[in-house]
Amino acid sequence: MSNLQWKLALCAAVFIVFFGVGVYPILATRYNLPAPGWLSDRQLKLGLDLKGGVHLVMRVQTDDALRVKTEQDSGRLQEELKRRSVPATVAIQDVTTFRVDGVPPAQDQAFRQAAEQESIDFERGTGTNGSYTFAMRPNIAQALREEAVVQARQTIERRVNELGVAEPIVARHSAADQILVQLPGVSDVDRAKEVIGSPGMLELKLVEQGPSPSREDVLRTTGGVVPPDMEVLSGGREAAAGGGPMYYLVRRVAAVTGQDLRSARVQLDENNMPAVGFTLNASGSAAFSRVTGENVGRYLAIVLDKTVQSAPTINSRIAGDGQIAGGFTQEEAQNLALILRSGALPATLTYLQQQTIGPTLGADSIRAGILASLAGLLLIVAFLLVYYKLSGINAIVALVMNLIILLGMMAYAGAVMTLPGIAGFILTIGIGVDSNVLIFERIKEELDAGKGVKAAINSGFSRVFLTLVDTHIAGFIAAAFLFQFGTGPIRGFAVTLTFGLISNLFTSTFISKALFEAVLSGRRQVQALSI
Amino acid sequence: MHIFKDTNFNFLRWRWQAMLLSALVIGAGFFVILTRGIPLGVEFSGGTNLIIRFTAPVSEDQIRTALQSIPFEVQKYGEPESNQMLIRLPQTQQAEEAGNLSADVPKVDQLLKAANMPAFKIEGTEIVGPTVGAELRRQAIYATLLSMLGITAWIAFRFRVSFALGSIIATFHDVFVTLALLAFFGYEMSLNVIAAMLTMVGYSMNDMIVIFDRVRENTRLQKREPLETAINTSLNQTLTRTLITSGTVFISVMALFLFGGEVLEGFAFTMLAGTIATTYSGWFIAPSLAIMLSSKPSAAPARAVADGASGARAKGEGAGGGALEQPSRKSKSQRKARAT
Repeated sequence: MSNLQWKLALCAAVFIVFFGVGVYPILATRYNLPAPGWLSDRQLKLGLDLKGGVHLVMRVQTDDALRVKTEQDSGRLQEELKRRSVPATVAIQDVTTFRVDGVPPAQDQAFRQAAEQESIDFERGTGTNGSYTFAMRPNIAQALREEAVVQARQTIERRVNELGVAEPIVARHSAADQILVQLPGVSDVDRAKEVIGSPGMLELKLVEQGPSPSREDVLRTTGGVVPPDMEVLSGGREAAAGGGPMYYLVRRVAAVTGQDLRSARVQLDENNMPAVGFTLNASGSAAFSRVTGENVGRYLAIVLDKTVQSAPTINSRIAGDGQIAGGFTQEEAQNLALILRSGALPATLTYLQQQTIGPTLGADSIRAGILASLAGLLLIVAFLLVYYKLSGINAIVALVMNLIILLGMMAYAGAVMTLPGIAGFILTIGIGVDSNVLIFERIKEELDAGKGVKAAINSGFSRVFLTLVDTHIAGFIAAAFLFQFGTGPIRGFAVTLTFGLISNLFTSTFISKALFEAVLSGRRQVQALSI
Repeated sequence: MHIFKDTNFNFLRWRWQAMLLSALVIGAGFFVILTRGIPLGVEFSGGTNLIIRFTAPVSEDQIRTALQSIPFEVQKYGEPESNQMLIRLPQTQQAEEAGNLSADVPKVDQLLKAANMPAFKIEGTEIVGPTVGAELRRQAIYATLLSMLGITAWIAFRFRVSFALGSIIATFHDVFVTLALLAFFGYEMSLNVIAAMLTMVGYSMNDMIVIFDRVRENTRLQKREPLETAINTSLNQTLTRTLITSGTVFISVMALFLFGGEVLEGFAFTMLAGTIATTYSGWFIAPSLAIMLSSKPSAAPARAVADGASGARAKGEGAGGGALEQPSRKSKSQRKARAT
């Protein structure tokens, strides 16, 4: 094959590949044409602003995770001090610090040993008069925060998947502690928020005292103070049903937690109300059957997010199954089952941004956007034909190829089409037209200067090539900065721009030149060029 | 077909008038921005946007009466026959801290239902907390500035430092003129407008590189020719190209502006304003600045220095731009004689 034939073959191959990846799947979906699965999976996806759906940005309150760590470690130190009979009080100061007071000088050595054993992750301040402050080491705190965000992201992802949303996005967002969730096609933002944001911490705890209608009542037998290993919880459901909330004195340490859960599902309770049944895993079952076996006749509080849902009497040893009843609606029960299945969040979430785009709204803007873009494109095509005559066809082929390659690259890279992405498309069309115009005007100049047609075309392309490299590299630099420092939509713009620049450099210099050569190749002497 | 053939416009002759015009537009724009402020879209300012579709036509006043107990703004949205209203509520730091960012939505819903309005559906909501708003604002500005700096460095590397300085000032000029026009016509800053600004910065830099590239070629061919003549020649040689490129972009963006719907309107307007500013500054501002900021020993007559304060300024900037540059002064008449 000749040099020219190779070039044309390459153009055709590029066309087939990018048309296949970028354009055919869209046509196939639209007109029910056959398309293999691996191809239609790669179809260019519409962003939320065009498709409709829910967009949420939330912050993970990583302080929660630090607080839990501080509570746990200070609690362990307290127990250890008790074991070594060191009379000292342990008090939490803030999320990362606690202090120990009243260590007798004689037992300082024992205290230090206990502290080194139980609170490695905390920096111990120098003690004065038997008082010590413990501050969490910064690297530990940092690691915990990171872990909390990672875990929260995973939990949210599980919950979103359980919701059955197609193609959801759950990702870390710009700032370290932010998570972005996009749910295309979802319109019930409140349900989505409830399912995503519920802490979902399930605990089964033995009731020591209660239920009683007031906090004081619960504490009557303990002399009005809460024993150190216990806590008072209130019930939420009874309050909603009309009467005041009931109070329970329960053990601080849970007999079984949601971590031991194997599954959760909606079922009906004995009153035919929706309830959530759960099954424990092996270790959870063992613990549960031991606790229930030893405490027949007592109440077992089912605590969800620090609120007692119900406190049934233990009638007999229970192995692996339980039920959370509490006057749920069907939907509440479904949500709860889903939340329990996906595990607890390590920290609470606060919402920073929330956007719902109704499907009609998205459809409206995409229809208008596409119509307007097509109208603009048609005007450009008409102009190129009128102004550059037959050479205009050449420019139009290059322009259309440019768009096909751009679509193909975006589809292949799994990019998402958003409004700023459309802006990137328009910039690409503009730069594409510009490249062709630069070359054609240069060819005209060379012709005016008296050069032959072939020589004019050659020097037109070679002279402008340098200019194009300069402008395109400038574009790449801009896109790189935008991608590096921008967020969501601006990044989308940068990605489209980068792809557009690559495809434009190829179409306007290579394809366009090959077309000129193909047209002129048959003729030995070319007198005039239609340009 | 030629739009222009062998033109010989003296673009640089109009540089002072051009700069005065730009200064006026930008000054007026800043006046509007300082007195009225740039209205920020909900994603930058924080707040709540609700798009509500009614089953029958309603007026802004009806909504004002229905929602009088809460602070808000209302305007029609989309096609008139779609009966859509955009309601915007401010957001407070407290709402974000309390974790109930969306508390306003059911309130609006209840108030509208209580007010005996036609049946309606909330088509879209956008709620942005103040934290995210500030963050997005900061990031958008950084990203734009850094990408402009990156391109400037590239131009300085490929061409001359003075060209790079001229082009970045001209790009800032384009951004300011566009901002001024946005402010005049009351469009609000949104992420889409930022995307349009970025597109425009891209075009602006593209334009200038094309012109500078031609200048470089011409100065290579005609070493003895003063820079001013070279620039004027290049501007004339690329005139058709600039007109066609800007024209086609203008046409396609005009189509977006007219038929693109509400969502794209701010975007399209920014592009329209930007295209005009870019083309204008590519002809009158960037080349003039490039000349004012550059002076090579070999091209001494090309240096354009006016008398008085502005001359001193140009000298100062030029000296900052590169070590090679040596200020030299020629009388105005002498320069004119060489240029023509």
